[in-house]
Amino acid sequence: MKKILEKEHRTLLTGAEAAAHTMRQLRPEVVPVYPITPQTPIIETFAQFVADGFVDTEIINVESEHSAMSAAVGASCGGARVLTATSSQGLALMLEICYIASAMRCPIGMAVGSRALSGPINIHCDHSDSMMARDAGWVQIFCENAQEAYDLSIVGQKLAEDQRVLLPVMTIQDGFTITHSAEPVALLPDEAVTEFVGEYRALYPLLDTEHPTTQGPFALPDYYFELKRQQVDAMENVYAVWGELQEEFAKLSGRRYRGLFEAYKLDDAEYIYIVLGATAGTAKVAIDRLRRQRKRVGLLKPWLFRPFPTEEIAQALQGCKAVAILDRALSLGSWGPLYSEISAALNTVSARPLLYNYIYGLGGRDIRPDQLMSVLKDLEGESDANVQRFIGLRE
Amino acid sequence: MIEIRWHGRGGQGAKTVAQLLAAAALRGGLWAQAFPEYGPERSGAPVKAFTRLDRKEIRLHCGIYQPDLVVVLDPNLIEAKEAGVLEGLKRQSTLLVNSPKSSQTLHEQIKFLGRIVAVDATRLAREAGTRFANVVLLGALAALLSSQISLVHIKEELAITMSDKPKALEANLAAVHAGFHAIREASAAEAEVPLC
Repeated sequence: MKKILEKEHRTLLTGAEAAAHTMRQLRPEVVPVYPITPQTPIIETFAQFVADGFVDTEIINVESEHSAMSAAVGASCGGARVLTATSSQGLALMLEICYIASAMRCPIGMAVGSRALSGPINIHCDHSDSMMARDAGWVQIFCENAQEAYDLSIVGQKLAEDQRVLLPVMTIQDGFTITHSAEPVALLPDEAVTEFVGEYRALYPLLDTEHPTTQGPFALPDYYFELKRQQVDAMENVYAVWGELQEEFAKLSGRRYRGLFEAYKLDDAEYIYIVLGATAGTAKVAIDRLRRQRKRVGLLKPWLFRPFPTEEIAQALQGCKAVAILDRALSLGSWGPLYSEISAALNTVSARPLLYNYIYGLGGRDIRPDQLMSVLKDLEGESDANVQRFIGLRE
Repeated sequence: MIEIRWHGRGGQGAKTVAQLLAAAALRGGLWAQAFPEYGPERSGAPVKAFTRLDRKEIRLHCGIYQPDLVVVLDPNLIEAKEAGVLEGLKRQSTLLVNSPKSSQTLHEQIKFLGRIVAVDATRLAREAGTRFANVVLLGALAALLSSQISLVHIKEELAITMSDKPKALEANLAAVHAGFHAIREASAAEAEVPLC
């Protein structure tokens, strides 16, 4: 096999290209795909790697995302390492099979270029697609930038294939904002990644005809519940395995993703922002500017959304005055999805901070540091807590 | 940080030079970010692309609203309202325009009090053997940013991008060179853009 990278190398890549490099270095046996904006450059770049002989993968060009995920489940049960990618309507069409992938404990890795769900039809970023899939039994990792999209999908694949977990993992990067934006990315040498993830050995591969197994059978009221309980346990194991793998990855790369979320200037923070994905970068700029005005503010950026780091986040928020929870998706008729998680997490905390919910960036609406900074006035007591508000909306 | 906005028409290579500049900056040890105006691309329609340069990691992931530098690949775009060439320009911003006219003539034509630099990029590109003015403007921009961006790094990046097209590479290298020297000779580089 031809090698691209012999040593670590920082290069200008879009988030999509970074994700494609991860796919190449993970050396999947099967990649069933269907193109969709803004995911398409991920799979285009990967297909070029395959065509140029940099990785030996069977790409299955299917006729829809429903088929892509079905083929992924089939190939994974066969014993292959399987990766794919999607966005928005593609994820919606896959969703039926996504539940089956997790229930059949297929460690499929999927890059998601997060994009608004129709309608109205829109190709730009928000998190409505990923949030729609939050109950599908997949591990969900949100990435701030192209570097994280690269790093965390490497760690994510090892996590997926860990026998204490065996769950599919989606690594989510903001559509266009990250998928189409070029930034410096430090890529690891090919061999280092290969060694880090190791070879995938399925426990009961269907293609092992010497040891035939039944997979995906009917489970009636006498077994269904227990099988779901096993998925609960697998999810719970993610916390510990994530920690172990990040230590290992830090040794390999020098990049340390400590904990289940990034704590940015949280230590003495009275007011805390919580946000997922690319906006966390913009929020760090806002936090720095507010700090220069002597405001005690910080940012909590969850890497993991499923499983949700409930206990750790509750501990981090305990005792602060107020929290701004920024959601890039709606759960119509309720709070933003992130807000609901945080609110539930704080049930065990005695010194419960005031919570403020902001919906922002739907359908690709841009968000700037000054808009994030202006939220602080609410938190300092100018506005009531427990009200859903909108940033950057014309009313 | 320096924020740059590129204006062109779909197919003129605004996105390509936005990325080439970022890659060259990275080669020189800067942090850089390049992104196109998101959305469906249509050949011939006005398009924008963006580049950010800084000495430290760039964490911003929002659009650029008040650019320090605006580069116009297609002179007709100045008159086209929908292109928004003058949007968000600050008094201290620089407008680099592909135009056979002089900076003075452009000043009379454009409602912008800041610095206007004109380069006849279409002609220089043709003389260099390419129909793309974008690389000429990239060279010109390198001259305006010469304490941050090295012409050598731009040439190295071009060589990688066009490694399989030696003839086109030669023309592009000549074009980038021509743009650089057009600015140098006009000694417009006296008011360099600082990386603040």
